[in-house]
Amino acid sequence: MATEPATELTFGDPGVLAAEDARDRVAGLGPWRLALRRLKRNKVALAFGALFVLIVLLCLAAPLYADHVAHTDPFKNHLTDQINVGGKLTDVVAPDGIPIGPTWHGRFFLGADGNGRDIAVRLLYGGRTSLLIGAGAAIGTILLSILLGTIAGYFRGWPDTIVSRSLDILWAFPPLLLGLALGTALALGGLKIGPISIAGDSKLIPILIISVVQVPYMARPLRGQVLALREKEFVEAARSQGASSLQIMFSEILPNLVSTIVVFFPLMVVNAIGLEAALSFLGAGVRPPNPSWGTILGEGISRIVTAPHQTIVPGLMLVLTVLSLNVFGDGVRDAFDPRAKVRVDR
Amino acid sequence: MGRFILRRLVAMIAVLFAISVVTFSIFNVIPNGDPALRLAGRNQSPDQISAIRRTWGFDKPLYVQYAKTMEKVFTGDLISYANQVDVDREIIQDVPRTFSLAIGAALMWMAFAVAIGLYTAVKAGQFSDRFLTVLALIGISMPVFWIGALMNYYLGFKWKIFPNGGYVPLTENPIDWAYHMILPWTALSLLFIGVYSRVLRSNVLDTINDDYVRTARAKGLSERQVLIRHVLRNSLIPIVTLWGLDFAAVIGGGAILTEKVFDLQGVGQYAADSVGQLDIPPVLAIVMFGAFFVVLLNTVVDIVYAALDPRIRLS
Repeated sequence: MATEPATELTFGDPGVLAAEDARDRVAGLGPWRLALRRLKRNKVALAFGALFVLIVLLCLAAPLYADHVAHTDPFKNHLTDQINVGGKLTDVVAPDGIPIGPTWHGRFFLGADGNGRDIAVRLLYGGRTSLLIGAGAAIGTILLSILLGTIAGYFRGWPDTIVSRSLDILWAFPPLLLGLALGTALALGGLKIGPISIAGDSKLIPILIISVVQVPYMARPLRGQVLALREKEFVEAARSQGASSLQIMFSEILPNLVSTIVVFFPLMVVNAIGLEAALSFLGAGVRPPNPSWGTILGEGISRIVTAPHQTIVPGLMLVLTVLSLNVFGDGVRDAFDPRAKVRVDR
Repeated sequence: MGRFILRRLVAMIAVLFAISVVTFSIFNVIPNGDPALRLAGRNQSPDQISAIRRTWGFDKPLYVQYAKTMEKVFTGDLISYANQVDVDREIIQDVPRTFSLAIGAALMWMAFAVAIGLYTAVKAGQFSDRFLTVLALIGISMPVFWIGALMNYYLGFKWKIFPNGGYVPLTENPIDWAYHMILPWTALSLLFIGVYSRVLRSNVLDTINDDYVRTARAKGLSERQVLIRHVLRNSLIPIVTLWGLDFAAVIGGGAILTEKVFDLQGVGQYAADSVGQLDIPPVLAIVMFGAFFVVLLNTVVDIVYAALDPRIRLS
């Protein structure tokens, strides 16, 4: 029952991919080639990966869309404007404050928000912010986790105790509350560490916060892996040849962590995008009027009774992005290790 | 075993202590964290600020302030900076709401996840499996505050099938209580149903071809008996662990978004509102409250595991 033939929908059935490898002759292929082969065969994962790339490209093209199609920018109010919908002049924002719904034309394609701003334009610009924060925070988490995981796992002893206990503390912290507390405190005064100073409304602040909040989920598994790797023969061989600890970490340990990192990356981006949206919704992430999917959604929910499209549209965009990355990430994980059970807590 | 439990309990207290220090520092060490300035509001004279500083004890060294605040957390004398309300009384008022949400949702997501996980495993590869798998993935990908807001608007406000927010205590009217909680339970459960049913499905598929399952079939048990008595029992163990940890996480702040969207006035919402006002005392108390559950259930899971598997105790 577990080894059904792989058809168009393989959301990572354990054993399916392994069985295929047994059927084809893959002996002698490196792990990267093997993973790529498996990923290529997983059409659903590839399709959703393509969808994600499409969303990224659309968001990157935001200024083009704003200039040439919508003829506005993400901050411009059109409170008193009227536009031509189906041959009839219509208020962008009606006198009773209800904004126009989707026109399905160039201007206000997805309707306007309460301030008469073009939702489609804001959505694309917001996507740039959300995706930037998602990717930035995921990279931040990974760098921090490699640093902490390698130090703890390689040196063991007191460095391990310090790192592991700190991770325990961070892990027991309710993540949303920690993000909320850091976000609110930092948004007020910005951050000053020595010569570096970051303004309170900088995008770097949510990136930093989300990086830190997510560290335990990644640093813990990496530490375990380093603990196991340091006992391997090839590490011992390098040590007996006189390699320093730093050399061993970079040339022997780190390359062996790469596949884990690749598997974690899409899931980390997904979680970071979700956390950004949640923090912005609660008012501790991206600061309005800067658009991000979280802030647009937050503004929408507060006006859901008069303009439900302002909630539905950004939410769908967020769901589509997260879904595509989830399915693609699932495929990447299965490609690297069909039997792995990676689960990133949220 | 006794020493193992003792060691875990000591570690638990140490983690809670560290968490309280970190929370306290976030608001005191970080620039613009001066509570006196916030209490005074905008455009206050220096005299007023120093007066506030004296009455609230902000002129004392930080560790004295920390000790004083923590003492109040345990004696129940903690007062909010923002509106001078007794924090513990406020939390006690909110606790039943958060627990109503967390317990009901946990039961709901477990029941649905077991049913869906088992069904999709049995039907692995067929259309119904693929369909439910897609649904589960969509459930995992939806932000809880988005789907919650939509449910509240369409099912509660527009079509009036369910009450539009609000909370009725269980002791007052159990049916009304459940009726008011259905939407929040569903919104909070969707994500977990998706995750758990996927994990259970792969666990079941992993065990369904094991030798002991074949033995059970060979001795003439019906397929249903094999599934429920042998396969499900073993596949459930990792899920129950997750369940304990996720339940703690929901109580410890994971329900903030759901509470906020449905305006349930639970502990999480209180925490979120207090953070927004940089009101340290309630935040400190609620973080301690949430972390206590997270750490407690982690410890319980560890101890139960150690009781089941002696090898863990040694490491």
